[in-house]
Amino acid sequence: MIKINNLQARVEDKEILKGINLEVNPGEIHAIMGPNGSGKSTLSSVIAGREDYQVTGGSIDFEGENLMDLDPEERAHKGIFLSFQYPVEIPGVTVSNFIKTAINESRKGRGEEPMEAREMLAKMREKTALLEMDKSYLSRSLNEGFSGGEKKRNEIFQMAMLEPKLAILDETDSGLDIDALRIVAGGVNKLRSADNAVVVITHYQRLLDYIKPDFVHVLFNGRIVKSGGPELAHELEEKGYDWIKAENA
Amino acid sequence: MTDLAQDLLSSFVVAEPQLNGSRNLGVVHLRKEALDRFEAQGFPTTRDEEWKYTNLKPVLKHDYRILLKGDDAVSFADIKTYLLSDLDTYKLVFINGKYSSWLSDATHQEFDVCTFAAALNKYPDIIAEYLGKGAPKGDTFVDLNTAFADDGAFIRVKANQTVDKPIEILYLTTNENGPAFSQVRNLIIAEQNAEVQLVERHQNIGGQPSFTNFVSEVFAARDARVSYYKVQNDADAATLVDNTHVVQKEQSNVHVGTYTFGGKLVRNNLHFYSAGERAESHMDGITIIADGQTVDHHTLVDHQEPNCYSRELYKGIYLGKSHGIFNGKVMVRQKAQKTNAFQQNDNILLSDKAKVDTKPQLEIFADDVRCSHGCTVGQLDRNALFYLRSRGIPKREAEGLMTYAFAADALEYVKIPQLEKRLNSVIAEKLGINLEFTL
Repeated sequence: MIKINNLQARVEDKEILKGINLEVNPGEIHAIMGPNGSGKSTLSSVIAGREDYQVTGGSIDFEGENLMDLDPEERAHKGIFLSFQYPVEIPGVTVSNFIKTAINESRKGRGEEPMEAREMLAKMREKTALLEMDKSYLSRSLNEGFSGGEKKRNEIFQMAMLEPKLAILDETDSGLDIDALRIVAGGVNKLRSADNAVVVITHYQRLLDYIKPDFVHVLFNGRIVKSGGPELAHELEEKGYDWIKAENA
Repeated sequence: MTDLAQDLLSSFVVAEPQLNGSRNLGVVHLRKEALDRFEAQGFPTTRDEEWKYTNLKPVLKHDYRILLKGDDAVSFADIKTYLLSDLDTYKLVFINGKYSSWLSDATHQEFDVCTFAAALNKYPDIIAEYLGKGAPKGDTFVDLNTAFADDGAFIRVKANQTVDKPIEILYLTTNENGPAFSQVRNLIIAEQNAEVQLVERHQNIGGQPSFTNFVSEVFAARDARVSYYKVQNDADAATLVDNTHVVQKEQSNVHVGTYTFGGKLVRNNLHFYSAGERAESHMDGITIIADGQTVDHHTLVDHQEPNCYSRELYKGIYLGKSHGIFNGKVMVRQKAQKTNAFQQNDNILLSDKAKVDTKPQLEIFADDVRCSHGCTVGQLDRNALFYLRSRGIPKREAEGLMTYAFAADALEYVKIPQLEKRLNSVIAEKLGINLEFTL
């Protein structure tokens, strides 16, 4: 589905990604772990097309197509979704109008007709129920005054509505209490299928108890320095990141 | 003295005998005294502190006709677009400063919705009581208007009456024959516990330069409620100096909303005199302008009595090479203890060439008051833009959505749904976006 080859990126003069290789296939869940400052959030932003980062080398192919020249919205239209670590507050725009606009603009981008109002409403009901959200959410201003947990839940709600092929969850567990974590992870699991894939970016193993990865990668100093199965996450949980740092010093 | 000022002075000699109200001695004196003050002062220049950022020179240089004639050729089809078509309203339509009875829908039933010219003859006592008592003598544009204006809207709502539908006031300039200088005047009186809603607009439909020097005096007696909406979306060749002065008594509530989307130069001098305890004054507005346009909001709230509240919220969005000015003065007199005054002016520059000068001015002489003020000038938040785009909303729509959301809270106090809808569609049009939803 997505093939990242020797990806290098910088912000201003600082080199952050120094040659990332990663391949994710449909139906798979990958976890990317690593200490703070290793480049995890940069990687997710670069995949989503954030213009503040300059890609200096390598490539990202999504379903056989080079992503590099595409705007963030075009990447979204192709089925890439990024759940933000820090979702942005947008006063004056309600959740429901925002999601309607996002869905219909994505459809337009793919040359499809807008979604019928009735279908949209039914889908919103279904997905708010899935994430155990009160319907009053929909008429609130996007993320404004939301608690940390509400913001993250709202991210997964949007993911559920947009039905992406590839979802990148950037530190979705941060700021969540254990109940919210269970609900959010439950939502992600229910959205899984053989046709879509999830990349979970996390500092801690905790979320991976709920969203079970097929592959775990360790990102350190702009490179993936170790890859393995779910057991690697447990090893990191026990031993911390110091041994990784020592091995790659 | 500018050529235009000279022209005005000589025109007055010709015009004076024909001006309405000449039988009414009081008005004649008012006019002559006002003209003398104008002659002494002339037009302001950028050397005047109050006009520092707004240069009138380019708009004063046109060869304006001063004594205008009405235009019978204007039909309802020509003006329909400037009215709220989906709403039943009283209408007062003036063409080149002359009342057009066939385009208007006036009344004298429980309240007077008629013309200033008619009121000068019909209600000389009321005119004597109110005319010139709101707008200050010595303000050069007010003085000039006092000398010349002989028509405009006269609205008087008697005690305990509520006007059953909104009143639309439309001032048209049809200046096909050359530049036109128009001077019109409102007198709006809401007596004790009366209620009225007004929608006002000035429109140049001739294409030639126009200059409108407008005065509006609003008197809200005890417990009166006035909603006054100004839609300023005039042609590129139009200049407007709007002098609106609101005098409020005990527990009255007045809201003036100013929505500015067009015109070459718009200067709003909006003054509130809070002259009764527990009066509430609201003023808010949205300005969206583009290349070559200047909008200057000069506001004053003069708190003269205790326990009053004022709220001021102005939002500005500037495209192209446009220039916005906000000067908001809040005066709290010594007697006006427990005043609660709020002022906020937020601006977004959507172009490198756009410019904003914003200046809050607080003069507080009482010691037990709550006054807050703030102003911001910024650009759209890059993080938020990326967030919207990452969800599939294209850049242009994302910018439009954010800009709209930024402006929309200044529409919160619009009480006429049809007007709100109309304003929303103008905003969407100005921002070049398609808003299929109400936010």
